[in-house]
Amino acid sequence: MNARPDFLLSVENLTVSFDGFKAVDGLSFYVEPNECRVIIGPNGAGKTTVLDLICGRTKATEGKVEFKNQELLKMREDQIVHAGVGRKFQTPTVYEDLTVFENLEISYPKGHGVFGALMFRRDDPVKTRINEIAGEVFLDDLLHEKAAFLSHGQKQWLEIGMLLIQDPELLMLDEPVAGMSVAERKQTAELLNRIIQDRSGIVIEHDMKFVEDIATRVTVLHQGKVLSEGSMAHVQADPKVIEVYLGH
Amino acid sequence: MFADYTMGELGAIFAMQGFAGLILFSVFVLMALGLAIIFGQMGVINMAHGEFMILGANVTYLTSNLFANYIPSLFSIYFFLAMILAFFVTAALGMLVEWSLIRHLYKRPLDTLLATWGLSLILQQVYRSVFGAREVGVTIPEWMMGSLPLTDLIEIPINGIFVMVLAVGISTAVYIMMFRSSWGKQVRAVTQNRVMAGAVGINTERTDRLTFGIGCGVAGVAGSAFTMIGSTGPTAGQLYIVDTFLVVVFGGAASLLGTIASAFSISQAQSIMEFFLSGSMAKVLTLLTVVGILMLRPQGLFALKLRK
Amino acid sequence: MLLKGNRFFSTSDLVGFAILAVLIFVILPVGLDTFRLNLFGKYLTYAFVAIGLVLCWGAGGILSLGQGVFFGLGGYCMAMFLKLEASSPEATKIQSTPGIPDFMDWNQLTELPLWWEPFHSLTFSLFAVIVIPVVFAFIIGVAMFRRRVGGVYFAIITQAIAAILTILIIGQQGYTGGVNGITDLRTLKGWDIRTDDAKVLLYFVNGALLFVCLFIAQLIRKSKLGRILIAMRDQEDRVRFSGYDVANFKIFVFCAGAAFSAVGGAMFTLQVGFMSPSFVGIVPSIEMVIFCAVGGRLSIIGAVYGALLVNLAKTTFSELFPELWLLGLGAVFIAVVLAFPNGLAGLYKDHVEPRLLALFKKKMGDDGSAEDFDAIKTAAE
Ligand SMILES: Nc1ncnc2c1ncn2[C@@H]1O[C@H](COP(=O)(O)OP(=O)(O)OP(=O)(O)O)[C@@H](O)[C@H]1O
Ligand SMILES: [Mg+2]
Repeated sequence: MNARPDFLLSVENLTVSFDGFKAVDGLSFYVEPNECRVIIGPNGAGKTTVLDLICGRTKATEGKVEFKNQELLKMREDQIVHAGVGRKFQTPTVYEDLTVFENLEISYPKGHGVFGALMFRRDDPVKTRINEIAGEVFLDDLLHEKAAFLSHGQKQWLEIGMLLIQDPELLMLDEPVAGMSVAERKQTAELLNRIIQDRSGIVIEHDMKFVEDIATRVTVLHQGKVLSEGSMAHVQADPKVIEVYLGH
Repeated sequence: MFADYTMGELGAIFAMQGFAGLILFSVFVLMALGLAIIFGQMGVINMAHGEFMILGANVTYLTSNLFANYIPSLFSIYFFLAMILAFFVTAALGMLVEWSLIRHLYKRPLDTLLATWGLSLILQQVYRSVFGAREVGVTIPEWMMGSLPLTDLIEIPINGIFVMVLAVGISTAVYIMMFRSSWGKQVRAVTQNRVMAGAVGINTERTDRLTFGIGCGVAGVAGSAFTMIGSTGPTAGQLYIVDTFLVVVFGGAASLLGTIASAFSISQAQSIMEFFLSGSMAKVLTLLTVVGILMLRPQGLFALKLRK
Repeated sequence: MLLKGNRFFSTSDLVGFAILAVLIFVILPVGLDTFRLNLFGKYLTYAFVAIGLVLCWGAGGILSLGQGVFFGLGGYCMAMFLKLEASSPEATKIQSTPGIPDFMDWNQLTELPLWWEPFHSLTFSLFAVIVIPVVFAFIIGVAMFRRRVGGVYFAIITQAIAAILTILIIGQQGYTGGVNGITDLRTLKGWDIRTDDAKVLLYFVNGALLFVCLFIAQLIRKSKLGRILIAMRDQEDRVRFSGYDVANFKIFVFCAGAAFSAVGGAMFTLQVGFMSPSFVGIVPSIEMVIFCAVGGRLSIIGAVYGALLVNLAKTTFSELFPELWLLGLGAVFIAVVLAFPNGLAGLYKDHVEPRLLALFKKKMGDDGSAEDFDAIKTAAE
């Protein structure tokens, strides 16, 4: 069966097994353009693994992942990025030895071949764009600071900024507010709401308050399978979900 | 090329060649076992592994002199004591090295490589100053000389059999220690997650030090066994290092069975090719094949799927 | 002002380049006799390798223990040309087969092997000096980096390759000159390379080529590619998800390092007059790493000083106290890892340069941009 063309991303029967252990098991879900999908589930449910599979970090055992009618499972990580999928890791990963500016510059979508990188020039459009993004993720004062000196929350923002500058059509964020203070959380929720406007997102989050703020639809994962799917209100009322996840 | 031989002679040649391959196999296994612990289980690259073997050989040499001069009546069994001594002396040095050098570098594998190379240079010079630059050979006891005639064409050297028996014995011991004892579980727990292992009450520092020590000790025993089939010079350790690492890597670093299988295939390939080609070309072809296969299958023969 | 920084050279880089240029082109040639100068020329050929290692290892995190392979291949290509020129039928008429290199004759070869033929041509040989090592590095790089082999495994495999090539060269003495190597090289297109004048000229050519390589390395470091290398060393996965094909970048620096080493090897042959497997194998290859580490694995200028210093020490000590040398070298390996991970460049950066810059600033009110890659400390604690 072919995926419906009006979906931006369709995941079908996605399965990965690590030495017999199925971390993701026959998973299917669909993401529409401009939708913000939140994936929740208990620890070890396979949430991070789903993102790993979509962005090519882990090779799937079987299944299909179609993004704008391209089969992602056959592509390399960098090709998937160029197709328009951006990924933020669960623990913030930024280039600690480089400045905030250089971190963003590396993510700027130009000069990605070896020779392109050699010839790359820091011209005005590049600088303008970097400044713009830095402003958006609250880091405009820290542009020339080494990333190693940023706080945990600021590193999270920087990583989001690095995704934004790629201007992906699908943003995948793994626990973007984990480890943030209450004030930072609020700021981040606003930020995410803003940047998700004209694109789609898949967000993994444990913070229910936050999920309510941003989710269009919610998918609950449990042991690698979809336990429940629908609006926030729908899944919150689902007795199965209450039992395995929300209940405690 | 076979035309000049009768069937019987050919059979004998193959049998002897096969046996030579088995001795080489035992040598490889002995060389690689210590490294399979240190590199395979702990992930430490010890470039001075060969020098630890030479230390074992030198301890054996000293013991044999001691027996010859002071208790010649027991000379025929000195070797067993020598092996035990070799184990403890090299293990002690290994623990010292772990304490002074390696433990600072667990997060920097490439730097460990350079530091242990430095260590190997220092040890080589020490051996040269103490034992002289020439190769030393030990006098092997009477009963180990000569060979067992299997048929009137096939003869098997006794010291070769002895090395093979040792290889089997020590591999079994290492296997039981690393994979069948609670000690081995601790070692694996520590290497997989140091912080977590510490949190559940394992003394990670002690585990690291002892594991490294035991790996070195096993190298020492290997060195000791080698004195039975050849002589050793101060720089001989350097000759072993590439072979040893390739055996371990080719087997799939974390698997003991892999190490043994890889020692077997490399040694057999080499001794079979040695029959057709000159020694150096056989060596080149064997190493080239191993490197080629590793390029195609970097995880080695036996590999686990691990989370990055 | 001359020493004002720009996009590719910060002020401190310019100062470093200038000091090195004065040392190589003025102080050494004026201060040393031809014999010593030639010796320093030989040391400087190792600096080519060390610069390549700064790019691969210091910046990119790829430790190759097989740089001797590329140094050797470059050197052998040069040596083959010179040997053929030295083996004209007239010069070798006492051999049983005149016109082929002496070692072939000793090994009962009666004909020049086919693969030696192209090395009659200087153009081909110069071409081969660079292309053969680079193609070889490319093949290794593609095989390993495409399969994401890196770190320790890469180090071990490159070391094995160095071992293999040495055994091969020694084993095939009829074709390669065996353990003695290719010796008794005389002229380059009729120009005698053994005279004092030639040695001085070659020293300067070597110095100039070294600066070309330094310049290229600096451009690479200061381009976005240089920053990607650092990013890759620390967070390889993140670089992939910033949309880069990491393998290509690794292959590129590995090839660049091979090309630098090969130029060094060829200049070694020209200045020293022979090439042998003792510059190819495991031991020389790992010593080349220590030149780089002593200089400071992140600094290309430091790499040059590292090569000079370690080799000078080696010559001095191994003549005076042969026993101490190995102990000393061993200790250097350990010290540079445990105590001085940034080598000479780190010491310079921390202690000398601040004073130097202060001096300059007082003199001419320069702005001295602080942005600099040398300052980056290794991820190592
Ligand atoms: N490469 C791998 N090899 C073996 N097991 C793996 C691998 N990747 C993931 N797993 C296992 O798959 C399961 C799902 O892991 P995953 O990280 O996707 O969970 P998660 O839902 O993101 O949990 P958390 O909320 O804690 O982040 C876990 O049990 C994990 O140990
Ligand atoms: Mg997760």
